[in-house]
Order: sequence, then C-alpha cells, then structure tokens
Amino acid sequence: MSSTNDAPVLYAPREPIFPRRVSGRFRTLKWWIMGITLGIYYLTPWLRWDRGPEMPDQAVLVDLADRRFFFFWIEIWPHEFYFVAGLLIMSGLGLFLFTAALGRVWCGYTCPQTVWTDLYILVERWIEGDRNARVKLWNAPWSVRKARLRITKWIVWLLIGLLTGGAWVFYFTDAPTLAADLWRFEAHPVAYTTIGILTATTFIFGGFMREQVCIYMCPWPRIQGAMMDEDTITVAYREWRGEPRGKGNVRRRSMEEAMKAEAAAQAAGPGQQARYPVIPMPGQERTREPVTTGPGDCIDCMACVNVCPMGIDIREGQQLACITCALCIDACDDVMEKIGKPRGLIDYMALKDEAAERAGAEPTPVWKHVLRFRTILYTALWSLVGVGLVFALFIRPEVEMTVAPIRNPTFVIMSDGAIRNAYDVRLLNKQHEARTFELSLESAADLSLSIDNGSNLTVEVPADEILERRVYVTAPAGSEAASADRTELRLWVEDTGNANRAGVDTIFNGATQ
Amino acid sequence: MSDKPEETKDDVGTTGHSWDGIEEYNNPLPRWWLWTFYATIVWGVIYTIAFPAWPLISSATPGLLGFSTRADVAADIAAAAEANSELETTLAAADLTTVEPGDPLHSFATNKGAAIFRTYCSQCHGSGAAGVQAAGYPNLLDDAWLWGGTVDDIAWTVRHGIRNDDPDTRWSEMPAYGMIFSEDEIDAVVQYVLSISNQQHSAPLAAEGEPLFLDNCAACHGDAGEGDIYVGAPNLTDAIWLYGGDVETLTETVTNSRFGVMPPWEPRLSDAEINAVSLYVHGLGGGE
Ligand code: SF4
Ligand code: SF4
Repeated sequence: MSSTNDAPVLYAPREPIFPRRVSGRFRTLKWWIMGITLGIYYLTPWLRWDRGPEMPDQAVLVDLADRRFFFFWIEIWPHEFYFVAGLLIMSGLGLFLFTAALGRVWCGYTCPQTVWTDLYILVERWIEGDRNARVKLWNAPWSVRKARLRITKWIVWLLIGLLTGGAWVFYFTDAPTLAADLWRFEAHPVAYTTIGILTATTFIFGGFMREQVCIYMCPWPRIQGAMMDEDTITVAYREWRGEPRGKGNVRRRSMEEAMKAEAAAQAAGPGQQARYPVIPMPGQERTREPVTTGPGDCIDCMACVNVCPMGIDIREGQQLACITCALCIDACDDVMEKIGKPRGLIDYMALKDEAAERAGAEPTPVWKHVLRFRTILYTALWSLVGVGLVFALFIRPEVEMTVAPIRNPTFVIMSDGAIRNAYDVRLLNKQHEARTFELSLESAADLSLSIDNGSNLTVEVPADEILERRVYVTAPAGSEAASADRTELRLWVEDTGNANRAGVDTIFNGATQ
Repeated sequence: MSDKPEETKDDVGTTGHSWDGIEEYNNPLPRWWLWTFYATIVWGVIYTIAFPAWPLISSATPGLLGFSTRADVAADIAAAAEANSELETTLAAADLTTVEPGDPLHSFATNKGAAIFRTYCSQCHGSGAAGVQAAGYPNLLDDAWLWGGTVDDIAWTVRHGIRNDDPDTRWSEMPAYGMIFSEDEIDAVVQYVLSISNQQHSAPLAAEGEPLFLDNCAACHGDAGEGDIYVGAPNLTDAIWLYGGDVETLTETVTNSRFGVMPPWEPRLSDAEINAVSLYVHGLGGGE
C-alpha cells in the first residue's frame, strides 16, 4: 500500500457498500424481528385503554403537559420518576447481559439504526436491483434512468422517514386527534418540527450514513468491548477449517507458493504487503504454515463480504465494525451447501471454541459460555432492579401526603400563650374522582390540629390533583410541648371513602429561646 | 487476548511521522467528518452575526435578527399582565370579605399579595411575616391585632398606614410617663401590668400600681388592660408583646412611650395590589 514517504491521507471518503441479497435462517429471523419491532413502534400509540371520563384513553402516553406517564394500567406521576429511571437502568443492564452472552445482538437485530437501514436497503434493492446492478448504477454516468431510480428511491425513503417521525409524536398526545390535526395543518408547530427532524435524520442515517453511524458515531461499539470476552458468543470464522483458501488442489499449490513468497518477503524486510491482511484471531497464535492436510473449506467466493452491511471481511477476525448480524453466516452456509461441505464455516461461536477446535478438542457447550460469572452478575443486578420496581409498583400508596414544616418562623406565640407551628401539607389524589380526606394528629403530647384555623379537618381533593393546605398544630400555653425544644408527632391522612391511611412523621418546635 | 498487534504497518501504512522510532499508523478519518467540522465553523460564524454574541465594553453585538432575551421577558410579562387584567379589575373593586379560598380570584390575589409582601412589607415584618419584636414590628401570624384583624381592617391599615401624614391614618399616642410619674410610680405600674398578664411580679408594688393604672392607662388600655382596637391600644393581659413584656422593656415603654410608624401604601400601590396584600396577610393564620 502506501510507502512511508507518501503524503498521508488524513481524511478518507466513504467506501460505498452494496450489500447483496441473502436468505437463510438469520435473515428470516431478522425479517421477523424487523416486522415485530416496527409493528410495535408504529402501532403502540393507537392502542386504546379505557381510564374513565376526562382521562386519556391511550394505552401508552407520555403526557408532558400534565406531567403524567400512562403505560397501560400504570400511571406514573412526576415524583415517581424513579420508575422510569429504574427502567432505564434495567435496559442498560439488559444490554450488558446480552452483550456479555451474545455479543452485539442488540446492534445486529434490534437497534433502530440497523432496523431502518435494513428497511432502506430493502427499498434500494427493490428499486435499483441487487448488488451487481447497484454497483453498475453507481459507476454509470447520470442518465434519465439513473435519475429516475434515484429519485424514486429517495421519495420512498423520505416517506418511510416521515412515517417514522410521524409515529414518534403520537406517543405524546392523543393519536387520533393529532393525526386529524396534522392532516389539517392545525397541529402544534412542535409536532411538525419533531416530525421534520426525525424524517431528516432517518433519511440521512438510514439512506446515506448507514454503517458510518455504527462505526464512528455510536459510542456503544467502544463500550461493548468491556462486556465481551473469549466466552462471548459472536460471529466468527473457523479459520482452522477455512484456511488456506482457494479452489481445490490448484488453490493449495498456489497457496503454498504464496506462503513461500510471503515468507521470502518477510525475510526481505518490512513494507511488503501480504496478499491477505494477516490478522490473528484474538486468543490464538495464527499459524503461517500451510495446512498440510489439504486445502481449507473457504473457496474465497467473497459471498460473506458481499452481503455484509458493514463492508467488512469477517475472515480477518473480530473487528469493531461487526454488528453480529449473521448475514455472512447465511451467505456462507449457502455456499457450503452448494459445495457439499458442512455448514458453519462462519458461525456464531465463542472465540474459545475456535481455539479448542483448532487444537482438536471439543468445544465448550453453549450453556457454559452463557452461564458465567459476569452474565450471572448482570442477571442478578437486572432482576434486583426489576423486583424492586415491581415491589414499588405494588406498595404504591393509595393515599399520599407530604408535610413541609414552615421554618420562617419556626413557631408563633398566640395571645393566650399557646405555641403554634405551621405546616404545608400536600395531598395527592391519583384517582380519577374527587376524594375527601380527613387529617388527624397523633402525639404523646397535648397537641391540637387545625386547617387554616377552622374546625373542619376534612379536605376535598379534586380528581387527579395535588392540593396544598396550610395546617396548624398548637400546644396549649404552659404545656410541655410548648416549651420543649422539639416534640415528635405524626400527621395522618385518611380517605373517608375507604379508610386507606398514610402517616407522616414531623416535629413540633416549642418556644425555646 | 492476543498480545500481537491487531493491525500491522503493512495493512494501513503510516503517516510518515516518526518520533523516537514510534510511527503513527495511517487510519484516516472519514471525510464527511471533516465536512461536518467545517460546517460547524460556518454555522458558528453565521450564528455570531445573527445573534448577540461578541462582548463589547458595556453590551454585546446586537446580532442581525434583533433577538433579545430581555425583550422576550418583557413581552412575556406584558402577556401575563394582559391575561390577568380582568382579574386585576375584579380584585380592585372586590368586597374582600366575600373572597373565599378556592375562588380563582383568591388564589390570584394571595399569590400576587405574597409577591407584594416580599417587595414592600418584608423589610419590617420579615419575610415570614413574624415581625421583629425588638423593633416593635408586629408579628402578623398571631391572633392579636392592634387595629383589628378583619380583612377590611387590614386593608385600611395597609392603605393609610400608622401615625403618618395621611389624613385617614391610624393614630394614637401614648404619653411618655417619664414626664408625669416618678420612677417609683413607674415601677409600680410596671408591676401591675406584669400582674395582669400573669407574669411574676411583686404583689405589694402591683397593688400600688393599680390605682395609677386605672387613672392614667385604663382610658386607652381598658379597665382590665384588655386593650382597644379602635385606638390601637395593645391588650396588656395576653401573651403577646409588641416591644416585649419584661420589666426592663415595660419600664422603657412607660417612661418614654412608643411611636411606631407604618407608611401609607395608597400612593404607591394600586387598589388591586392593596387588596391582594391584605388578603395575603389575612390568610397568614391570624386573620379574623
Ligand atoms: S462465503 Fe464462506 S466460502 Fe465464501 S469467501 Fe466467505 S467464508 Fe469463504
Ligand atoms: S461480518 Fe457478518 S455478522 Fe459482522 S456485520 Fe458483516 S455480515 Fe454482519
């Protein structure tokens, strides 16, 4: 390649990639996953869920205006945001777990970037043809046909992008209403802006940037290295079986010659280029001696390279760009079938197994790869958070009250010498009907309670609201609580309808100097 | 994993840079990245021209788009005032005794009143409205009122103030008994006041003070010392003291009298603002 004296190229243009069509087990699996994930994404906002009058009947709704999050029967208020935080932690740990066990399965199968890129490539193939046709079209000068194909493709891409951005906004407001408003150009500008931005990013990321997003923009490929080890099941090439590549004996002879030439070149000094970049599989010593038992199974047909959406050659070993989408497995299995060799020259396997097989040993059973310290740890952490969340969900109180003692001033002397403290009490009514709450006070000391100085201790909180009232606690003149530094007390709130109660402990400040 | 390098010089070449024999592989950045970088520079230049950006000595370049957060805030304030103008009008003319909690006018008024209180009243009465006893600024949270604690009484006090030039101001004046009584007489009256407010006192001195009190003080403070809100005379029997209820402070009060002043707010606050702050003070926990 370049000699050290050439001016270095600091910025490289993108090498266009034209993934070839492939079919097989993993491709089918990927189609299914694409259908299901896109289906969930596009249809979820349209699911209805009856919550009674005045309440949104959308099953999944992020109501930013009212600061409520509806998820089927679960309703999350702003102060319960720890549920969302918990779910994010679980997603993170889940990602760690899957990466530790199965490598970049998230990237290869479910990442939106992968799913939409796959969809865009599918459209591209429908309109411009498979790999060879696309390469030809790419190299052809502009013509009416090329322009027509390109424009058709871009229009379909844009439509998909528009639907993508369009579906997103429906999660934030009532979907049918918004759809009608959008259509009549009466929706909020934020909706149009969001759709515009998501359409543009989908179009650019899925249509033009594709693997560049995964390689250069996404932080995950860098992080995932820390999750994986030689036990992780990932897409790998059985080098011991495939090498040396070529066609039959002809290939073997030429390979031997090539090896000799390479060895000579190595002896002659650095700067010489091997025919194939020689990259050792991690965790093993690459043997440079020709395999004497005969030629390898790889016929160097390049099928695996041609189908790869990342434009890499998996035979060079593990690399950052590989998203373990397994399309190369499908392609190579197809070839192996045709030449009458067993499948699995490229396979989902642990790097440990490649080394074991090379040494003639039995590979480790899959469950042993999957069940190991770090996956068990991730599972345990994941379950811990999950159980915690479920638990929190079930012990969510029916009645909620917060009590904030007023500290400016901490107490007031009344004309009869009594000492009075004030508290801001907030009552939450998460139910969709008005409820009447009764406040009461529990204390060893002689304390009395009033709301806004009245004798009535019941409060009606309107449906779905938080009500704040000023509550006073008074210690009679000369009583112990009136002169003590602090006296403990508990405020109770009880739903008069069903006797559900909640208590909050607080402090009474006496008139000490 | 492998201790061999994953990439060799032969694969990618080097940039030709070499430091102490350490060479740099040539792994070029994507070109679009470079163009994105240039685009951000262009964007930055356009942005600084379009929006206020470069600091000058006392301001900044205004930017071509005329954008100003200050103008935005002013517009927001104007819009809020516009939206509230109807409530303002209603509040200015409202009968305060009928504005109940739960009424939108009430919450508007108490929120507005709280802001007015913090701006104009908190300097004397404290941000929590607990007053400052040492300086005789009344506590507005308790249930004792010198001039009455109904919302209308409070509104009158706010409007006209105490002992100032306003023709309708609240006015009362206690004589400085240092000019009238002997020191012994003052001591006796003080002991008597301590006795009627259930504090520790000397019974013989208090008995001496009683006739002096009835002759001189009862006219304003009442025969039993219960005070009189019509002349702003404090109740001397309760636990609340404007300036303090100990011997020393009472002696000082009787000797030199007190002359607390509150400015009239009518010239400075609108009717709606006076009503708002009165409702707020009334709602602090002591209103009658
Ligand atoms: S598809 Fe299989 S046989 Fe063809 S080049 Fe790739 S590894 Fe070799
Ligand atoms: S090398 Fe194979 S698994 Fe990796 S990205 Fe390419 S096709 Fe997918």
